Amino acid sequence: MLQEFADWLAYSVFGLAKESHLGAAVNFFVYDSIKVTLLLVIVVFLVGVIRTFITPQKVKKWLGGRREGVGNIFAALLGVPTPFCSCSAVPLFIGFVEAGVPLGVTFSFLIASPLINEVAATMLFAMFGWQIAALYIGSGLVIAIIAGVVIGRLKLEKEVEEFVYRIKAKELEEKDMTWKQRADFGVDESKRITWMVLPYLLLGIAIGGLIHGYAPSDFLTGIAGKGNPLAVPIAVIAGIPLYSNAAGMVPIVGVLISKGMATGTALAFMMAVIGLSLPEMIILRKVLKPKLLAIFVLILFVSFVITGYLFNAVLG
Amino acid sequence: MKIEILGMGCPSCRKLEENVKKAVAELGVKAEVEKIEDIAKIVEYGVMSSPALVIDGKVVSAGKVLSVSELKGMMGGK
Repeated sequence: MLQEFADWLAYSVFGLAKESHLGAAVNFFVYDSIKVTLLLVIVVFLVGVIRTFITPQKVKKWLGGRREGVGNIFAALLGVPTPFCSCSAVPLFIGFVEAGVPLGVTFSFLIASPLINEVAATMLFAMFGWQIAALYIGSGLVIAIIAGVVIGRLKLEKEVEEFVYRIKAKELEEKDMTWKQRADFGVDESKRITWMVLPYLLLGIAIGGLIHGYAPSDFLTGIAGKGNPLAVPIAVIAGIPLYSNAAGMVPIVGVLISKGMATGTALAFMMAVIGLSLPEMIILRKVLKPKLLAIFVLILFVSFVITGYLFNAVLG
Repeated sequence: MKIEILGMGCPSCRKLEENVKKAVAELGVKAEVEKIEDIAKIVEYGVMSSPALVIDGKVVSAGKVLSVSELKGMMGGK
Protein backbone atom coordinates (compact mmCIF):
# COMPACT_ATOMS: atom_id res chain seq x y z
CA MET A 1 0.00 0.00 0.00
CA LEU A 2 2.85 2.35 0.90
CA GLN A 3 4.61 1.51 -2.35
CA GLU A 4 1.45 2.38 -4.27
CA PHE A 5 1.25 5.70 -2.46
CA ALA A 6 4.90 6.44 -3.27
CA ASP A 7 4.34 5.49 -6.92
CA TRP A 8 1.25 7.67 -7.11
CA LEU A 9 2.99 10.67 -5.52
CA ALA A 10 6.15 10.44 -7.58
CA TYR A 11 4.70 9.51 -10.98
CA SER A 12 1.16 10.95 -10.95
CA VAL A 13 1.28 13.96 -8.63
CA PHE A 14 4.79 15.16 -9.45
CA GLY A 15 4.51 13.81 -12.99
CA LEU A 16 7.97 12.26 -12.99
CA ALA A 17 8.89 9.56 -15.45
CA LYS A 18 9.24 6.08 -13.98
CA GLU A 19 12.56 5.51 -15.68
CA SER A 20 14.09 8.86 -14.71
CA HIS A 21 16.71 9.20 -11.98
CA LEU A 22 14.68 11.89 -10.27
CA GLY A 23 11.54 9.78 -10.36
CA ALA A 24 13.37 6.85 -8.78
CA ALA A 25 14.94 9.13 -6.17
CA VAL A 26 11.62 10.77 -5.17
CA ASN A 27 9.82 7.45 -5.08
CA PHE A 28 12.54 5.95 -2.89
CA PHE A 29 12.47 8.97 -0.58
CA VAL A 30 8.69 8.98 -0.09
CA TYR A 31 8.40 5.25 0.41
CA ASP A 32 11.32 4.92 2.79
CA SER A 33 10.63 7.95 4.92
CA ILE A 34 6.99 7.01 5.56
CA LYS A 35 7.75 3.37 6.28
CA VAL A 36 10.61 4.13 8.65
CA THR A 37 8.74 6.89 10.47
CA LEU A 38 5.72 4.67 11.12
CA LEU A 39 7.88 1.88 12.50
CA LEU A 40 9.87 4.29 14.63
CA VAL A 41 6.78 5.75 16.28
CA ILE A 42 5.67 2.27 17.32
CA VAL A 43 9.05 0.93 18.44
CA VAL A 44 10.00 4.04 20.40
CA PHE A 45 6.64 3.93 22.19
CA LEU A 46 7.19 0.30 23.23
CA VAL A 47 10.77 0.93 24.31
CA GLY A 48 9.57 3.99 26.25
CA VAL A 49 7.11 1.84 28.22
CA ILE A 50 9.86 -0.75 28.89
CA ARG A 51 12.11 2.08 29.99
CA THR A 52 9.77 3.00 32.86
CA PHE A 53 10.63 -0.39 34.37
CA ILE A 54 14.38 -0.09 33.86
CA THR A 55 15.48 3.13 35.53
CA PRO A 56 19.20 3.70 36.21
CA GLN A 57 18.44 3.41 39.94
CA LYS A 58 17.03 -0.09 39.49
CA VAL A 59 19.80 -1.16 37.14
CA LYS A 60 22.34 -0.05 39.72
CA LYS A 61 20.68 -2.21 42.36
CA TRP A 62 20.36 -5.23 40.06
CA LEU A 63 23.99 -5.06 39.04
CA GLY A 64 25.50 -4.22 42.42
CA GLY A 65 27.89 -6.97 43.57
CA ARG A 66 27.15 -9.17 40.54
CA ARG A 67 29.92 -11.45 39.47
CA GLU A 68 31.78 -11.29 36.22
CA GLY A 69 30.13 -13.17 33.39
CA VAL A 70 26.50 -13.20 34.48
CA GLY A 71 26.90 -9.56 35.51
CA ASN A 72 28.30 -8.60 32.12
CA ILE A 73 25.48 -10.35 30.28
CA PHE A 74 22.85 -8.65 32.46
CA ALA A 75 24.55 -5.29 32.06
CA ALA A 76 24.71 -5.55 28.27
CA LEU A 77 21.05 -6.62 28.03
CA LEU A 78 19.91 -3.83 30.34
CA GLY A 79 21.92 -1.37 28.28
CA VAL A 80 19.82 -2.05 25.18
CA PRO A 81 16.57 -0.25 26.09
CA THR A 82 18.31 2.36 28.22
CA PRO A 83 18.73 5.71 26.56
CA PHE A 84 22.16 7.16 26.58
CA CYS A 85 23.33 10.69 26.43
CA SER A 86 27.04 11.30 26.66
CA CYS A 87 26.40 13.94 29.34
CA SER A 88 24.91 11.23 31.58
CA ALA A 89 27.88 8.89 31.14
CA VAL A 90 29.80 10.32 34.08
CA PRO A 91 27.04 10.40 36.73
CA LEU A 92 26.03 6.92 35.61
CA PHE A 93 29.57 5.60 35.88
CA ILE A 94 30.07 7.06 39.36
CA GLY A 95 26.66 5.86 40.51
CA PHE A 96 27.44 2.30 39.40
CA VAL A 97 30.92 2.20 40.94
CA GLU A 98 29.57 3.70 44.15
CA ALA A 99 26.88 1.02 44.33
CA GLY A 100 29.51 -1.71 44.10
CA VAL A 101 28.94 -2.68 40.48
CA PRO A 102 32.24 -4.26 39.32
CA LEU A 103 34.24 -2.15 36.86
CA GLY A 104 33.98 -4.66 34.00
CA VAL A 105 30.21 -4.95 34.47
CA THR A 106 29.90 -1.16 34.49
CA PHE A 107 31.74 -1.04 31.17
CA SER A 108 29.48 -3.67 29.62
CA PHE A 109 26.56 -1.35 30.36
CA LEU A 110 28.42 1.75 29.25
CA ILE A 111 29.24 0.14 25.90
CA ALA A 112 25.86 -1.48 25.19
CA SER A 113 23.80 1.58 26.04
CA PRO A 114 24.88 3.87 23.17
CA LEU A 115 26.00 1.11 20.79
CA ILE A 116 22.69 -0.71 20.65
CA ASN A 117 20.13 1.87 19.85
CA GLU A 118 16.47 1.14 19.17
CA VAL A 119 16.27 3.81 16.48
CA ALA A 120 19.18 2.29 14.56
CA ALA A 121 17.81 -1.24 15.00
CA THR A 122 14.37 -0.22 13.74
CA MET A 123 15.81 1.51 10.72
CA LEU A 124 18.08 -1.40 9.86
CA PHE A 125 15.05 -3.65 10.09
CA ALA A 126 12.99 -1.38 7.85
CA MET A 127 15.69 -0.93 5.25
CA PHE A 128 17.60 -4.22 5.22
CA GLY A 129 15.36 -6.79 6.89
CA TRP A 130 15.47 -8.56 10.21
CA GLN A 131 18.70 -10.47 9.60
CA ILE A 132 20.85 -7.35 9.50
CA ALA A 133 18.99 -5.83 12.47
CA ALA A 134 19.53 -9.05 14.45
CA LEU A 135 23.22 -9.15 13.48
CA TYR A 136 23.58 -5.57 14.67
CA ILE A 137 21.92 -6.20 18.04
CA GLY A 138 23.61 -9.58 18.53
CA SER A 139 27.11 -8.39 17.72
CA GLY A 140 26.61 -5.25 19.83
CA LEU A 141 25.71 -7.44 22.82
CA VAL A 142 28.69 -9.74 22.27
CA ILE A 143 31.04 -6.77 22.00
CA ALA A 144 29.67 -5.20 25.20
CA ILE A 145 29.92 -8.47 27.13
CA ILE A 146 33.41 -9.43 25.98
CA ALA A 147 34.88 -5.94 26.26
CA GLY A 148 33.47 -5.69 29.81
CA VAL A 149 34.92 -9.07 30.79
CA VAL A 150 38.33 -8.10 29.36
CA ILE A 151 38.35 -4.78 31.23
CA GLY A 152 37.31 -6.61 34.41
CA ARG A 153 40.13 -9.14 34.01
CA LEU A 154 42.72 -6.44 33.50
CA LYS A 155 42.13 -5.23 37.08
CA LEU A 156 42.09 -1.57 36.21
CA GLU A 157 40.37 -0.25 39.33
CA LYS A 158 43.39 1.97 40.04
CA GLU A 159 42.97 3.61 36.66
CA VAL A 160 39.72 5.25 37.75
CA GLU A 161 40.13 8.77 39.15
CA GLU A 162 40.35 8.54 42.95
CA PHE A 163 37.57 11.02 43.69
CA VAL A 164 35.07 8.56 42.23
CA TYR A 165 35.61 6.19 45.15
CA ARG A 166 35.16 8.94 47.75
CA ILE A 167 31.73 10.02 46.59
CA LYS A 168 28.78 8.96 48.70
CA ALA A 169 25.52 9.09 46.86
CA LYS A 170 22.13 9.48 48.43
CA GLU A 171 19.48 6.95 47.56
CA LEU A 172 17.00 8.47 45.19
CA GLU A 173 13.46 7.35 45.93
CA GLU A 174 11.31 6.41 43.02
CA LYS A 175 7.59 6.54 42.90
CA ASP A 176 5.71 3.57 41.53
CA MET A 177 4.04 4.31 38.25
CA THR A 178 0.60 3.28 37.10
CA TRP A 179 0.11 1.68 33.67
CA LYS A 180 -1.47 4.91 32.49
CA GLN A 181 1.66 6.84 33.49
CA ARG A 182 3.89 4.30 31.77
CA ALA A 183 1.84 4.54 28.57
CA ASP A 184 1.91 8.36 28.76
CA PHE A 185 5.67 8.22 29.12
CA GLY A 186 5.86 5.96 26.05
CA VAL A 187 3.73 8.39 24.04
CA ASP A 188 5.87 11.35 25.16
CA GLU A 189 9.06 9.51 24.27
CA SER A 190 7.66 8.45 20.94
CA LYS A 191 6.74 12.05 20.08
CA ARG A 192 9.97 13.51 21.39
CA ILE A 193 12.35 11.04 19.76
CA THR A 194 10.49 10.88 16.46
CA TRP A 195 10.54 14.68 16.17
CA MET A 196 14.16 14.73 17.19
CA VAL A 197 15.35 12.15 14.65
CA LEU A 198 13.01 13.08 11.81
CA PRO A 199 15.21 15.83 10.32
CA TYR A 200 18.25 13.51 10.38
CA LEU A 201 16.21 10.69 8.98
CA LEU A 202 14.80 12.75 6.12
CA LEU A 203 18.18 14.26 5.35
CA GLY A 204 19.83 10.83 5.43
CA ILE A 205 17.18 9.33 3.17
CA ALA A 206 17.32 12.35 0.83
CA ILE A 207 21.09 12.07 0.48
CA GLY A 208 20.63 8.34 0.13
CA GLY A 209 17.98 8.80 -2.54
CA LEU A 210 20.16 11.19 -4.54
CA ILE A 211 23.18 8.93 -4.51
CA HIS A 212 20.90 5.96 -5.15
CA GLY A 213 19.53 7.62 -8.25
CA TYR A 214 22.73 9.12 -9.62
CA ALA A 215 25.96 7.38 -8.59
CA PRO A 216 26.94 4.21 -10.46
CA SER A 217 26.37 1.10 -8.37
CA ASP A 218 29.99 -0.02 -8.36
CA PHE A 219 31.17 3.41 -7.23
CA LEU A 220 32.75 2.17 -3.97
CA THR A 221 33.49 -1.42 -4.91
CA GLY A 222 37.14 -0.72 -5.66
CA ILE A 223 38.06 1.19 -2.50
CA ALA A 224 35.67 -0.23 0.07
CA GLY A 225 34.54 -3.53 -1.38
CA LYS A 226 35.63 -6.92 -0.18
CA GLY A 227 38.78 -6.76 -2.26
CA ASN A 228 40.39 -4.19 0.03
CA PRO A 229 41.37 -5.80 3.35
CA LEU A 230 42.23 -2.42 4.89
CA ALA A 231 38.77 -1.00 4.31
CA VAL A 232 37.40 -2.24 7.67
CA PRO A 233 40.05 -0.72 9.98
CA ILE A 234 40.04 2.52 7.99
CA ALA A 235 36.24 2.77 8.20
CA VAL A 236 36.36 2.16 11.97
CA ILE A 237 39.14 4.70 12.54
CA ALA A 238 37.15 7.24 10.56
CA GLY A 239 33.97 6.42 12.47
CA ILE A 240 35.17 6.46 16.09
CA PRO A 241 35.68 10.21 16.60
CA LEU A 242 32.62 11.08 14.53
CA TYR A 243 29.35 11.59 16.24
CA SER A 244 26.14 11.36 14.36
CA ASN A 245 22.59 10.64 15.15
CA ALA A 246 21.88 6.95 14.52
CA ALA A 247 18.85 7.95 12.46
CA GLY A 248 20.98 9.80 9.95
CA MET A 249 23.59 7.05 9.82
CA VAL A 250 21.44 4.14 8.69
CA PRO A 251 20.25 5.60 5.36
CA ILE A 252 23.82 6.60 4.57
CA VAL A 253 25.05 3.12 5.42
CA GLY A 254 22.38 1.82 3.07
CA VAL A 255 23.74 3.94 0.28
CA LEU A 256 27.34 2.95 0.97
CA ILE A 257 26.31 -0.70 0.69
CA SER A 258 24.28 -0.20 -2.47
CA LYS A 259 27.27 1.53 -4.07
CA GLY A 260 29.63 -1.34 -3.44
CA MET A 261 30.91 -1.00 0.13
CA ALA A 262 31.00 -4.44 1.75
CA THR A 263 28.12 -4.86 4.23
CA GLY A 264 30.38 -5.74 7.17
CA THR A 265 32.56 -2.71 6.52
CA ALA A 266 29.53 -0.43 6.42
CA LEU A 267 28.10 -1.90 9.63
CA ALA A 268 31.45 -1.62 11.42
CA PHE A 269 31.60 2.02 10.33
CA MET A 270 28.10 2.65 11.67
CA MET A 271 28.86 0.99 15.02
CA ALA A 272 32.02 3.05 15.36
CA VAL A 273 30.08 6.25 14.72
CA ILE A 274 27.24 5.61 17.17
CA GLY A 275 29.11 3.51 19.75
CA LEU A 276 31.89 5.90 20.58
CA SER A 277 32.55 9.54 19.90
CA LEU A 278 35.06 12.21 20.72
CA PRO A 279 32.69 14.19 23.00
CA GLU A 280 32.01 11.01 24.96
CA MET A 281 35.73 10.27 25.36
CA ILE A 282 36.36 13.81 26.57
CA ILE A 283 33.61 13.52 29.14
CA LEU A 284 34.74 10.06 30.32
CA ARG A 285 38.24 11.44 30.87
CA LYS A 286 36.78 13.13 33.98
CA VAL A 287 36.46 9.74 35.67
CA LEU A 288 38.94 7.54 33.79
CA LYS A 289 42.68 8.00 33.83
CA PRO A 290 44.27 8.20 30.35
CA LYS A 291 45.45 4.59 30.45
CA LEU A 292 41.98 3.16 31.09
CA LEU A 293 40.43 5.49 28.54
CA ALA A 294 42.99 4.35 25.95
CA ILE A 295 42.34 0.68 26.76
CA PHE A 296 38.59 1.27 26.46
CA VAL A 297 38.94 2.91 23.03
CA LEU A 298 41.40 0.26 21.84
CA ILE A 299 39.16 -2.64 22.88
CA LEU A 300 36.21 -1.09 21.07
CA PHE A 301 38.34 -0.44 17.98
CA VAL A 302 39.48 -4.08 17.87
CA SER A 303 35.91 -5.32 18.46
CA PHE A 304 34.44 -3.23 15.65
CA VAL A 305 37.16 -4.31 13.24
CA ILE A 306 36.66 -8.00 14.06
CA THR A 307 32.89 -7.55 13.66
CA GLY A 308 33.41 -5.94 10.27
CA TYR A 309 35.60 -8.78 8.98
CA LEU A 310 33.28 -11.38 10.45
CA PHE A 311 30.21 -9.90 8.74
CA ASN A 312 32.06 -9.54 5.47
CA ALA A 313 32.93 -13.23 5.67
CA VAL A 314 29.47 -14.37 6.79
CA LEU A 315 27.36 -12.18 4.52
CA GLY A 316 29.37 -13.18 1.48
CA MET B 1 11.92 28.30 47.06
CA LYS B 2 15.31 27.10 45.97
CA ILE B 3 15.62 25.48 42.55
CA GLU B 4 18.75 23.68 41.46
CA ILE B 5 19.41 22.39 37.97
CA LEU B 6 21.90 19.51 37.92
CA GLY B 7 23.78 18.91 34.71
CA MET B 8 27.23 19.02 33.26
CA GLY B 9 26.51 21.58 30.60
CA CYS B 10 24.90 19.52 27.85
CA PRO B 11 22.35 21.13 25.52
CA SER B 12 19.39 19.54 27.31
CA CYS B 13 20.62 20.93 30.65
CA ARG B 14 20.70 24.44 29.22
CA LYS B 15 17.23 23.93 27.79
CA LEU B 16 15.94 22.90 31.22
CA GLU B 17 17.53 25.96 32.81
CA GLU B 18 15.81 28.19 30.25
CA ASN B 19 12.46 26.53 30.91
CA VAL B 20 12.89 26.89 34.67
CA LYS B 21 13.57 30.60 34.32
CA LYS B 22 10.53 31.02 32.09
CA ALA B 23 8.32 29.10 34.51
CA VAL B 24 9.54 31.16 37.46
CA ALA B 25 8.90 34.39 35.55
CA GLU B 26 5.44 33.29 34.38
CA LEU B 27 4.37 32.17 37.85
CA GLY B 28 5.88 35.26 39.42
CA VAL B 29 7.16 33.25 42.38
CA LYS B 30 10.21 34.13 44.37
CA ALA B 31 12.83 31.53 43.63
CA GLU B 32 16.55 31.24 43.72
CA VAL B 33 17.70 29.36 40.62
CA GLU B 34 21.10 27.75 40.66
CA LYS B 35 22.90 25.61 38.10
CA ILE B 36 25.05 22.83 39.57
CA GLU B 37 27.78 21.54 37.28
CA ASP B 38 30.02 19.92 39.88
CA ILE B 39 29.82 16.21 39.20
CA ALA B 40 30.46 15.23 42.83
CA LYS B 41 27.48 17.31 43.98
CA ILE B 42 25.27 15.93 41.23
CA VAL B 43 26.06 12.36 42.16
CA GLU B 44 25.61 13.04 45.87
CA TYR B 45 21.96 13.71 45.13
CA GLY B 46 21.78 10.14 43.79
CA VAL B 47 21.11 11.39 40.28
CA MET B 48 22.42 9.23 37.42
CA SER B 49 20.83 10.81 34.42
CA SER B 50 21.05 14.46 33.60
CA PRO B 51 19.54 16.98 33.54
CA ALA B 52 17.91 16.71 36.94
CA LEU B 53 15.81 19.17 38.89
CA VAL B 54 16.01 19.73 42.63
CA ILE B 55 13.44 21.84 44.45
CA ASP B 56 14.20 22.73 48.06
CA GLY B 57 16.79 19.98 48.35
CA LYS B 58 14.56 17.26 46.92
CA VAL B 59 15.12 15.61 43.53
CA VAL B 60 11.86 15.97 41.63
CA SER B 61 12.95 14.85 38.17
CA ALA B 62 15.94 13.22 36.51
CA GLY B 63 16.89 12.61 32.90
CA LYS B 64 14.15 14.74 31.42
CA VAL B 65 13.85 18.22 29.97
CA LEU B 66 10.63 19.32 31.64
CA SER B 67 8.37 21.67 29.74
CA VAL B 68 7.46 25.10 31.09
CA SER B 69 3.93 23.93 31.92
CA GLU B 70 5.18 20.80 33.74
CA LEU B 71 7.57 23.00 35.71
CA LYS B 72 4.81 25.42 36.61
CA GLY B 73 2.77 22.50 37.96
CA MET B 74 5.67 21.38 40.14
CA MET B 75 6.42 24.84 41.45
CA GLY B 76 2.76 25.77 41.91
CA GLY B 77 2.33 22.86 44.28
CA LYS B 78 4.80 24.40 46.72
